[in-house]
Amino acid sequence: MANVIYMDNNATTKVADEVIEAMLPYLNEKYGNPSSMHTFGGSVGKEVARAREQVAALLGCEPDEIIFTSCGTESDNSAIKGTLEMHPNRRKVVTTRVEHPAVLTTCRDLERHGYSVSEISVDPQGCLDIDELGFRMDDNTAIVSVMYANNETGVIFPVEQIAEIVSARGIVFHTDAVQVVGKIPLNLKDSAIDLLSLSGHKLHAPKGVGVLYVRRGTRLGTFMHGGHQESGRRGGTENIPGIIGLGKACELALSHMNEENTRVKALRGKLEKGILESCPDCFVNGDPKNRLPNTTNISFEYIEGESILMMLDQFGICASSGSACTSGSLEPSHVLRAMGVPFTAAHGSIRFSLSRYNTEADVDFVIEKIAPIINRLRELSPFVKTSS
Amino acid sequence: MWDYTDKVMDQFHRPRNVGKLNDPDGVGEVGSLACGDALTLMFKLDENGRIKDVKFQTFGCASAIASSSVLTEMIKGMTLEEAAAVTNKDIVERLGGLPDQKMHCSVMGQEALEAAIQDYYKRKGGKVPEVPKGNIVCTCFGVTDEEIRKVVHENDLTAVDSVTNFCKAGGGCGGCKERIAELIEEVQGQKAHVVHKEKPARPAKLTNIQKIQLIQQTINEQIRPALRADGGDIDLIDVEGDKVLVAFRGMCAQCKMAEYTMRDVVEVRLREFVSEHLYVEELKD
Repeated sequence: MANVIYMDNNATTKVADEVIEAMLPYLNEKYGNPSSMHTFGGSVGKEVARAREQVAALLGCEPDEIIFTSCGTESDNSAIKGTLEMHPNRRKVVTTRVEHPAVLTTCRDLERHGYSVSEISVDPQGCLDIDELGFRMDDNTAIVSVMYANNETGVIFPVEQIAEIVSARGIVFHTDAVQVVGKIPLNLKDSAIDLLSLSGHKLHAPKGVGVLYVRRGTRLGTFMHGGHQESGRRGGTENIPGIIGLGKACELALSHMNEENTRVKALRGKLEKGILESCPDCFVNGDPKNRLPNTTNISFEYIEGESILMMLDQFGICASSGSACTSGSLEPSHVLRAMGVPFTAAHGSIRFSLSRYNTEADVDFVIEKIAPIINRLRELSPFVKTSS
Repeated sequence: MWDYTDKVMDQFHRPRNVGKLNDPDGVGEVGSLACGDALTLMFKLDENGRIKDVKFQTFGCASAIASSSVLTEMIKGMTLEEAAAVTNKDIVERLGGLPDQKMHCSVMGQEALEAAIQDYYKRKGGKVPEVPKGNIVCTCFGVTDEEIRKVVHENDLTAVDSVTNFCKAGGGCGGCKERIAELIEEVQGQKAHVVHKEKPARPAKLTNIQKIQLIQQTINEQIRPALRADGGDIDLIDVEGDKVLVAFRGMCAQCKMAEYTMRDVVEVRLREFVSEHLYVEELKD
């Protein structure tokens, strides 16, 4: 493909050049196993320790609170199931209706094993009802898991405040923060969050590496039985290149944090404004005041998301749609439906998610191309009653 | 990313016969916004009873648009008898194939054509050719047993998943998969690849605790998935003797399930799996 305008960074991101450079020696000459007794392997262990420090610096926590995993989904699974394992007398999980499948599917599977799961709803802006959280927690609740920001709409939840409420009840609090890490500053030292998941490939590290932050003193079951790696909590030889890459990516994220919240945010604003001005019958999903700086989710009424994506694709524009349009799915997007977005608009929702690699030229190009695409598809739609 | 053929992409990017006709002889509308795709097809006949002009409008994905477009090309110049013989399989062949999960798009095209032809006979006031109506099997997508028999027969389907791909039946809550399997067996006999789940027998006698556990289990396994598929949910609040107190949450509007009250659905399932004496009351806040 000749020219790619990549605006699907909530799905995955470009691996930063600096990250690749940092990783390469560990794919080439430095292939040792950090568990080995010889210097050749053992020296790799020092680099893993450094990566752990880099991650801890971004999260504002201690290095020994970082457990490397294979991905965000593994972190989410281990956080929830590992907590339940340590609290056998508590059989309830409280979460939200708009979680990523990594949490939602895990919880629904737990239901089949006799746990009860309670899901907090969201309002039409995609914001959580904190009062509902209060009455959904009870003495049977082992863990509350609430995502830091929603991947589809970018709406940020008041997770710090929720963590306070939950921990005051003596319940473990987990947050899936894969969309947040690197985009908004975190300082876990001053927070009541017990467990936090992140995923490398969402912040310009490669796929196949993630982290679960485990606050000191939090009781958690073993992720994977095996060797002594990760303090015996997660056995298995470390994904060294991935871990080194993630460390570097975290260091870069810290230095680009300001840019995310200024330049990238301004690009998102321009894109959003440009689309809303050039296309009739469309609107932004999610609370505009509480959003990730890089994400916008726009519903185009009366047309279907996949068609829009395919049309964008011919210009090399990469975005995504909550709409699956397969025979096996009723829901255009569980998030938008939970917000009460009507079907007329939910099927035609498109998410643009930017990164520091996007330019103003990218944004101008998308704004130029989108209006004709939307008009063309509306001409095809039987639900537009105006012209023929 | 779907693996679409060049023909699908061509029909999607350059759809033929888009729009509406003034004074059409027959109009067919199928699908709905809720289901994610919909198609309106209309035609006009010439003096010899052949389709002179045909237009369509489609709300849906690339393969839905391509299927509708290619269908209009196919039927132009046909008599209504010839057009009525077009199957979804013909549409798929003309497109050089469709991904399995998109087969329902071709079925939608064929159904719209069928509806338009019906509409023509109705407008003429003449006799409408008999089309068996059938009973709804899949309540999520509103698919009847006749429609399922038809796709099974015409496409030589032998498994429940394929039926879901072709007409969506069974793709929502999945509650009708057992019935779909029966229909496949009925049409295909020995060729059918279906596994029947054993229905749990209703226990003869239950202690109070066993009863409550079984009610919770039935709600979790039999009822909740159907409600969740439509963004709703249910909580078991209390059990007093044979009275089961539940609360519904979320939205179950805009769905065919709304034709029945949810309380009835829950009651039927609980009586089937737990005890025939149970009755359900809804807690409203």
